[in-house]
Amino acid sequence: MIDQLFTEAVLVGILASGIRLATPYLYASIGETLSQRSGVLNLGVEGQMLLGAFTAFYITFTTGNLWLGVLAAMFVGLLMGLAMAFVTINLQAEQGISGIGFYLFGLGMSDLLFQKMLGTVATVSGFRPIHIPWLSDLPIIGKILFSQNILVYGAYLLVAVTWFVLNKTTLGLKIKAVGESPQAADSLGVSVSRIRYLTVSVGGMLSGLAGASLSIALLNVFQQNMTSGLGFIAVALVYFGGWRPFAVMGGALLFSMVNSLQLWVQVLNIPIPSDFAVMMPYVLTIIALVITVQRVRPPSALTKPFERGH
Amino acid sequence: MEKWRQSETVSRLLDAMLPVYATLAALGVGAVMLLLLGANPLEAFGALLEGAFGSTNALADTVVKATPLLLIGLGICISFRGNVINIGGEGQMIVGALTATALGLAFPESPGIVMIPLAMILGFLGGALWGGIPGALKAYFNVNEILSTIMMNAIAVQLMNFLLSGPMIDPIQAARDSQIPQTARLAAQFDLPRLIPTRLHLGALIAVVLAVAVYFLLWRTTLGYRIRAVGQNPHASRYAGIDVKRQIVFALLLSGAFAGLAGAVQVFGVNHRMITDGSATGFTGSAGFNGIVAALFGQLHPLGTIPASFLFGALLVGANKLQRVVQVPSAVIIALNGLVVVFVVSSEIFRRRREQKRLTDAMISQSEDGPPPDIPAPANVEGTP
Repeated sequence: MIDQLFTEAVLVGILASGIRLATPYLYASIGETLSQRSGVLNLGVEGQMLLGAFTAFYITFTTGNLWLGVLAAMFVGLLMGLAMAFVTINLQAEQGISGIGFYLFGLGMSDLLFQKMLGTVATVSGFRPIHIPWLSDLPIIGKILFSQNILVYGAYLLVAVTWFVLNKTTLGLKIKAVGESPQAADSLGVSVSRIRYLTVSVGGMLSGLAGASLSIALLNVFQQNMTSGLGFIAVALVYFGGWRPFAVMGGALLFSMVNSLQLWVQVLNIPIPSDFAVMMPYVLTIIALVITVQRVRPPSALTKPFERGH
Repeated sequence: MEKWRQSETVSRLLDAMLPVYATLAALGVGAVMLLLLGANPLEAFGALLEGAFGSTNALADTVVKATPLLLIGLGICISFRGNVINIGGEGQMIVGALTATALGLAFPESPGIVMIPLAMILGFLGGALWGGIPGALKAYFNVNEILSTIMMNAIAVQLMNFLLSGPMIDPIQAARDSQIPQTARLAAQFDLPRLIPTRLHLGALIAVVLAVAVYFLLWRTTLGYRIRAVGQNPHASRYAGIDVKRQIVFALLLSGAFAGLAGAVQVFGVNHRMITDGSATGFTGSAGFNGIVAALFGQLHPLGTIPASFLFGALLVGANKLQRVVQVPSAVIIALNGLVVVFVVSSEIFRRRREQKRLTDAMISQSEDGPPPDIPAPANVEGTP
């Protein structure tokens, strides 16, 4: 039974779908990395993803235009991000709890809109794989890396761009300064609230995009609560990756590979209870948190509201 | 001086009313949402009220729905007062229900008077275990409890799915081809006694009694004092000789225990068996999250959480009627609860502002005409909201 896993076709399948399944994690956790680096814990990611997933699906379903779906999802995520920014920056609300509030809002709202506007589960034809000329013809690697859809390529590109912005630009320096020592940043003339508004709303936008990648690129359906905790894992991945984009990507890949393995174990009917297989990523998250939290220090000002003159 | 005292009373009153204003504001946004969905908000809220309070049965259902919210909310009061954010109510409730149910299934012949208390205790312990793990992880390994409790929720769901489709499955279902993942019905003598001839059961009374107990725990015992001290200022507590890590474990452990008890009460009082649709909500009805909403609304005060749970129980029961009358899916209530959380947490800023002003005023009046009779203590120190 187990040896069925070790044929070339299955291994390629596991790796290719692992790369693909990392997409929603990547968008959401890179967005979360940005906002946490500036000192804001956004726990509403799951809700933003759900609303993004619904919006992308609905717009694509009614207009047939995938890119319009993506844009709409990003816009909805942006609005949610702005609301989160207002509540945590201007009203200085407790970030963890208000994030749970936004999660519940997104959960209920996406379900409500789904029932009201669609009613039943439907499908769309989502983004198709783009075979990159020459590279996709390479043996094994071609199938794993270079035969994916555009949102998958975009997610990995985003990791590199975010790394560049954080480490090689003044903006990145400002984001990190605001997250480490808002008082110092403020005294140097950096607007703490403007930077945080930027990161939290971009984070929301990316969460919306993460939702879209689920509903119109990976699964091509929308269902109630279809993210089922994925957004929360994305937040955990940021801790796991120690707030560094490429390490976060490593965590996302690890998780999606485990997930992909779990799916193939079920497909091949290998006798491991599927409940335990589904449980694996969550257990792994906790273990990963235990291991990594000891090593890396979070941004000093994380979850702390900033008020001038204090 | 007299004027200062008056404004002091007024501003405390305003503080106590904050969640009410915040909820009204959230309901206002909810009304706009309903309008956009093409429903008449007045008609909708009318249906909601009638569904929740319209008859003895409706009222009993509201109390039954409020019971797990109150129990979980009590746990939330303990953990949030200790500055530990427990989002794991869903998982803790499931594990508590599983342990209590397993005991009930193992001894079907035992008398109810023995089994019921034992099952409730086992549910309490099951929840304590599920809360204690993330508590220990936070205290000794510095793992963010929000994340670990969420992961523990997901693990509990899979554990439930596994147990109900395997080791704990109803023998009748096990003999069938298409097996429904559910346990056998618990022996009839284990049913929690009904209080009046409706669905209202003993669990509601247990919850109210425990609310008073938690009030005493938090404000009349050393354990409660320590948990609150750590919640307000861990550094000062450490200097005062309090074992901070231990209080963190206790806070989450107790919080989980109440959620576990909620699970046991739900099975023995309402469902009488466990059944799963594969999701957490299928069993909990999101009580793990709604309990947080209720506790926040009750200003993290055990006694304040009683009316708050009743209110949100009413919203949940009324939502079904709302769905039938104005054709708005009951999911609207989840969205609305989310808004209530956001609005209530955001409104805290007004309390903080007034508190600061009170302290400054006190200092000014002190410098002008000697020390004032009593400098107002910061909120959260005393039990009265």
